Amino acid sequence: MKTIVSFGDLTRQFAVSIRILPVTVAICSGLYIIIVLLAAQIVPYSASGSLIRSENGQVVGSECIAQQFSRPEYFWPRPSAVSWNAAAAGGSNLSPASLVMRQRTEKLLAVYALKKGQRVPADLVTASGSGLDPDISLSAASFQAARVAHARDLALDRVMSLVNTHAAGRRSAVLQDEPLVNVLVLNRELDRLKH
Amino acid sequence: MLLLFLLVLIIPALLSWPLGLAMTRMIDPDEASGYGRWTARIFRKTGGEGAVEEQEWKGYLFSMLMFNVLMFAFVTIVLALQQWLPLNPDGKGPLEASLIFNAVASFVTNTNLQHYSGEVSMSYFSQLFGLMWLQFVSASTGIASVAALARAIGGKKTVGNFYSDLMRTSFFVLLPLALLVALLLLAGGVPMTLDGAAVAHTLEGATQTIARGPVAAMEAIKQLGTNGGGFFGPNSTHPFENPSFFTNVVECFSIVLIPMAVVWMFGRITGRMRDAAVIFSVMMALLLLKCGAAIWLEGAPAAVFSGLPVELASNLEGKELRFGSSAGALWAAVTTATSNGSVNCMHDSLNPLTALVPLAGMWMNVVFGGVGVGLINMFIFIIVGVFICGMMVGRTPEYFGRKVETREMTLALLALLVHPALILGGTALFAATPAGAATVLNTGAHGFTEILYEFTSAAANNGSGFEGLGDNTAAWNIATGIVMLLARYIPVILPLAIAGSLAAKKPVPVTAGTLRTDTLLFGVIILGSVVLIGALLFLPVAVLGPVADHLTAIIH
Repeated sequence: MKTIVSFGDLTRQFAVSIRILPVTVAICSGLYIIIVLLAAQIVPYSASGSLIRSENGQVVGSECIAQQFSRPEYFWPRPSAVSWNAAAAGGSNLSPASLVMRQRTEKLLAVYALKKGQRVPADLVTASGSGLDPDISLSAASFQAARVAHARDLALDRVMSLVNTHAAGRRSAVLQDEPLVNVLVLNRELDRLKH
Repeated sequence: MLLLFLLVLIIPALLSWPLGLAMTRMIDPDEASGYGRWTARIFRKTGGEGAVEEQEWKGYLFSMLMFNVLMFAFVTIVLALQQWLPLNPDGKGPLEASLIFNAVASFVTNTNLQHYSGEVSMSYFSQLFGLMWLQFVSASTGIASVAALARAIGGKKTVGNFYSDLMRTSFFVLLPLALLVALLLLAGGVPMTLDGAAVAHTLEGATQTIARGPVAAMEAIKQLGTNGGGFFGPNSTHPFENPSFFTNVVECFSIVLIPMAVVWMFGRITGRMRDAAVIFSVMMALLLLKCGAAIWLEGAPAAVFSGLPVELASNLEGKELRFGSSAGALWAAVTTATSNGSVNCMHDSLNPLTALVPLAGMWMNVVFGGVGVGLINMFIFIIVGVFICGMMVGRTPEYFGRKVETREMTLALLALLVHPALILGGTALFAATPAGAATVLNTGAHGFTEILYEFTSAAANNGSGFEGLGDNTAAWNIATGIVMLLARYIPVILPLAIAGSLAAKKPVPVTAGTLRTDTLLFGVIILGSVVLIGALLFLPVAVLGPVADHLTAIIH
C-alpha cells in the first residue's frame, strides 16, 4: 500500500479530474437545464414570471410580486424594506425587539390614522422577508376597505364583496391561518369595476 | 400544524427508507451487476483507469481534494469572466475579487453563504454553470465521503473510487431527484426563463423592474443537496423562488429527504442497519425537539408591538403570509439542522429566543446534517460516546469490532474542537474589532448575535445568515471564506483517517462484555454527548447573544 503521494500520482489525479469535470458540467448544468427549460414551455405564463398585462399588452406587474400602492383608492400591500424594488429584494432584518422597529411601527400607525379602539392587522405593520409579498390577510383588506370605498365613491358593501370573492378563491391553501388576498389582482379588479 | 409536521417531517422520514436503499444500489452497486458494469465502462472511457480503480482511503481523499481544487478553479474563472460570458441579458458587471473568493469557497464547500444578491450581481451563466453546478458536485462530494467512510468502517481495506462515487451520485441520485423536484416547482409557479428582467408599468404609473430567470432548476438542487444558495438575495422568501404554500412544502420536504436517506445508506453499506436505526432515532428526536421549540417561540408577537394598537399575531416581521406563520419557524429549524441554509423567513427578525434554535442546530451540526457530512460529524460523537463508555466500565473501547485507541481518540478530539474553535475564535475577533463591530445592523446583544451567527453558519457549512450584517467587506469575505474551507475539509479528512486506522486493525471477537452500539441505551449516550459536548460548549455565547437580547427586550 502506498502511503506517500508521489508527483506521479499528482499529475495522474489531475488528468483524471480534468477529464471528469467537463462531463459533469455538461450533464449537471447543460442537460439538466435543457430538460427543465423544455418542461417550462408547458407552463409559459408562470415560467416567464406570471406577468399581468393590460388590455393593450403592456406589462403592469407580476401576480407573484408586490408593487407600491400609496393612493387612497387602492389597497396597500405590506410594508417593504426595499421599497418594492423587484430587482434587489430583501427584508428589514430588524430585530423584533429593537428600538428602530418600534419607531418604524409608530410611523406606519400614524399613516393609518386609527379611530379610537381600532387595531391594525399585524401584517400591515411588518415588513415581509422578500419585501415583495404579494398578499395581505383578509382582515388587512377589510381594514382598508372603508378608505378605498370612500376614495372611489363606492358602497362599502360592493368593495367588501369583491374582497371576499378574491379571498374565497384562495381558500384552497388549507393550512393558511386565514384567507389571503392578492393586492395587485384585487386592485386591477377595482379599476375594472369603474368602467 | 400536525398536517405540516406530517408533510415535511414524517413523510420524508418514511420515504428515506426506500430512498436509502435506492441510493445504496446507485452509489455502491454490486460490481458484477449490469448497472455496475456499464457505468464502470463509461467512467473508464471518460476518465481512464483512475476513474474506476479501487482506492485506499488516502488515495480516495487525495482524488477528492484534487477534484475540489479544480471545482474551485473552474468556478473562479466563470465568475471572474462573467461580464464577457453568454447568458447575461441584464448585463451584470465584474465582481469584486474578495467576493469571488468568498462565493466560490462558499459553494465548493456546500455552504452557500451569500455575501451577494443573485439578482443584483450574478449573470445567468454564473448562476447555472458556476454556482448551480457546484450545488451538484459539492453535494456529491459529501455523499461520496460518507460512502467511503461506511466502507472503511465496514472493514474494507479499499474504500471505492472517488470519481465513480461522484458521478454515480451526481447522475443517478441527484439529477433524477432534481428533475422531479424542478417539475413540481414549475407546476407550482416557479419561473424558468432565460429572458432578462421584465419592466412593468404599475397601476400607479411607476416603473418596476422585475428580476427573473432560470429559477426552478437551481431551486431544486439548492434544496436537495443541502446547499441553500438561492437565485435571489432573500432566498426562498422571494415569491419567484417560493410562490405558494405548495412549493413551500415541496422545498422544505426536499431539504430533509437526502440527509435522512444517507443514514440508511450508511447502515446498508456497513451492514449494520440496527446501528443506523439508533442514529436515525437520535437525529429525529433532536429534529422534532428543535421544530417544536421554534414554532412555539415564534408564536409570540414581536416585542415592539407591546402597548401599540396592533392586532395580536405571531411574529410576522421578515415572514411571507402565503406560508402561514409557523412555516417560517419550522423551516428555520429544519434548514439549520441539515446544514442547508436556505431560508423562507428572515432569521435576523426572528424573536430573540427563537434564534437559539437555528444556532443550536448549527452548533451541533449532526441533526441529519449536510448530505453525507452530517453523518460523518455524528461518527465523531459516536467514537467519543464509545470511548466514554469504555472508560466507565474499564475496558478498551471498541467500535464495529475494532479497538478505539489513543490515535483514534486524538484525531476525534481534534475533529471535535475545530468547530467551536472556528466559531468562538472568529466571533471574538470580529466582535472586538471594527471589522465586525462596524458592520452590524442591530445594536447591542442582537448585533453580537449577528456576528456569532455568521461565523456559526460558515463553520457549520450552513449558509443561512442574520442578513442585517453588512458582510460584503473584504474582511468578512476572506475570514468566512477561510473558515468555510477549514470547516469543510478537516471534518472529512480526520474521520476518514480514523476509519482507515480502524479498518487496518485486527477485528476483536464479540463477547458478553462488548459494548453494543445498536441499542437504545447507546442512543441515549450519543444524544448525551451531542448535547453536552456539542451544544454546551456554546452556552456562554448563547447567553451573551440571544438570551441577553430577549431579557433586554422585555424592558421596552
